[in-house]
Amino acid sequence: MNELLAHFKQLTPTGYLFWILAFVTVLSAIVVVTARNPIHSVLALIATFFCLSGHYVLLNAQFLAAVNIIVYAGAIMVLFLFTIMFLNLRKEDEESKTSLAKIAAVIVGGTLMVLMLGIFKAAQVGSYNAIAFDAKTGLVENLGMVLYGDYLLPFELASVLFLVAMVGAVMLGKREAGDRHF
Amino acid sequence: MDLTVLITKAIIILVIFGITLLIATYSTYAERKVAGFLQDRLGPNRAGPWGLLQPIADAGKMFFKEDFIPAQASKWLFILGPCLAMLTALMSSAVIPFGDSIRFGQYEIPVQGIEINIGMLYIFGVVSLGVYGIMVGGWASNNKFSLLGAIRAASQNISYEIALGMSIIAILMMTGSLSVRAIVEQQAEVGFFGWGVFTQPLGFVIFLVCAFAECNRTPFDLPECETELVGGYHTEYSSMKLGFYLFAEYINMFVSSAVIASLYFGGYHYPFAAQAHEALTNALGANTGHNVATAIGTVLFFGKIFFFIFFFMWVRWTLPRFRYDQLMNLGWKSLIPLSILNVIVTGAGLLFNFNYATWAIVAVMVVLAVMSAAKAPKGAVAMQKA
Repeated sequence: MNELLAHFKQLTPTGYLFWILAFVTVLSAIVVVTARNPIHSVLALIATFFCLSGHYVLLNAQFLAAVNIIVYAGAIMVLFLFTIMFLNLRKEDEESKTSLAKIAAVIVGGTLMVLMLGIFKAAQVGSYNAIAFDAKTGLVENLGMVLYGDYLLPFELASVLFLVAMVGAVMLGKREAGDRHF
Repeated sequence: MDLTVLITKAIIILVIFGITLLIATYSTYAERKVAGFLQDRLGPNRAGPWGLLQPIADAGKMFFKEDFIPAQASKWLFILGPCLAMLTALMSSAVIPFGDSIRFGQYEIPVQGIEINIGMLYIFGVVSLGVYGIMVGGWASNNKFSLLGAIRAASQNISYEIALGMSIIAILMMTGSLSVRAIVEQQAEVGFFGWGVFTQPLGFVIFLVCAFAECNRTPFDLPECETELVGGYHTEYSSMKLGFYLFAEYINMFVSSAVIASLYFGGYHYPFAAQAHEALTNALGANTGHNVATAIGTVLFFGKIFFFIFFFMWVRWTLPRFRYDQLMNLGWKSLIPLSILNVIVTGAGLLFNFNYATWAIVAVMVVLAVMSAAKAPKGAVAMQKA
C-alpha cells in the first residue's frame, strides 16, 4: 500500500492523467460487457474508444487519436447504434441466454483470461531508450512517410481489400430485376 | 512563462466560446428577420428596439417552460441527448484560426483556440460525433417519430460525411497540411486567386451541400421534418432541452460557415493583405500596425462567416425540403462519385503543378447540363404554369 502511495506521489501530471484515463477506460469497458440494455452497452463502447483516443494523445500519436474517433466512434459505432435501434432490443431478452450458453461463455471467457494472464507473465516488457526516442514519431507527416515508404505494399493491399469489400457490398445491395421496390 | 501561455489560451478559448454563443443567439433573431424579409413581412419587432431583445425573451420563455420527461423515456439518456448535441457543436470552433496573431511586447499570440497539426481531422471527428446527440435523444424519447427522426439523422450524416471528407481531401492534397491555419496561410501566399473557391470550385460546391446536410438544415432537414414526423427527434423535448437542440443547430451553422470561409474563402486573408500589413506597420510601428492588420483580417473573416450564415438562411426560406430517396440519391450517386473524380483530377493537376485543374470538371458539367436542357422536350424543364 505504502509503495503504491509513494508511486502516486512522484507522478508527473501526465502520469496522473494516464491513471485517471486508464481507470475510466477499464470502467467503461466493464460497462460494455455488463450493461443489460444493448444501447447502454454501445454508448459505453463509444466512451471506451474515446478513452483509447486519449491514450493515443498521451503517446503523442495525434493522427491515430483523430482517426480512431472518426472511424470507430464516428462511423462504425453510429452504424452499431443504428442497427440496434432498428432491432428494437429494448425488452431484455433473457430467454435467449440459456444455461448452456452461460456455461459455454464462462468456459470460453475463463480460458481466454488464463491464456492472457499466462502470456503477460511470460512476455518481456519492452524497454525504450529515452535519449533516442523521437517525440514526433506519431505525427501525421512521419506516419505518412512510413506508410508510403516502408509499408507501401501492405498498405496498398489493404486498400485493395477495402475496394473488394465495397464492391461486394454494392453487389449484395443491388436490386435485381423483379425485386420488390420498397 | 508557462502560466502566461496557459492564461492567455484560457482567455482566448473563453472569448471564442462567448462569441460563438453570442453569434448563435443572434442567428436565431437574424433567421426570423431574414425569413420576414424573404416573405415580405416585418419579423420580430416588439421586444426592444427593432426586436433586438427577442432572443433573450425567447431564452427566458424556454427556461420557464415545464421541463418534461416522458414516463417511459430512458431518463439519463434523455438528458444526455441535448447535452451531447451542445457539446459537439461547441467543440469544433477551437481549431479555427480567427485571425493572424496579436503582438504584445515580445509575445506573439495567435488568434485561435488551439493550433494542432491535425486541425481538419479534429473538425471532421467532432462533426462525425455530432449525430450522437440526435440519435441518443431520439431513441431515449421512446417515441416512434423521434426514433425515425434519429435514424434519418444517422443515415443522412453518415452518407454525407463521405462526400464531405472526399472534398476536404482534395484541399489537403493541394496544401499538404491538415492544419487549418496552414491551409489559410497557403491561400494567402498565392493571393486572391489562391482562395480555395478558385482552386477547388467543385470541392466548394460539394462541401457546401454536405454542410447543409450535416447541419440538418433545409433542404435536408428530414430528421425534424414536421410534415411527416411531428417534430422528428425532438418531438418529446420541451423547455431548455429543446432550446439546446435548436441552439446547437445555430452553433453548427456558425462553425460550418467559419470552416467554409477558412477553407475556401481565404479565412482572415483579404486581397492586398500583405500591402495593407506593410503600410500599417510603416505608419503605426511594428506591433500596433501588425495588431491593426490582424483586427482588419478578423473583422473581414467574420464578415465572410456572416455572409455564409445568411446564405444558410436564404436557402432555408427559398428551397423546399427534399424527399428522402432524393436526398440519398444525391448523396450516394452524385456527390460521392463527383468528389472522387474531384480528388483524381486535383491529383492529376498537381502532377503538372497546375492548381486550377478541377475547372475542367466544372466546364464539362456545364456543357452536359446545357446539352441535356437543350435536348429535353419543350416544357419539360420549364416551370409549371398555374
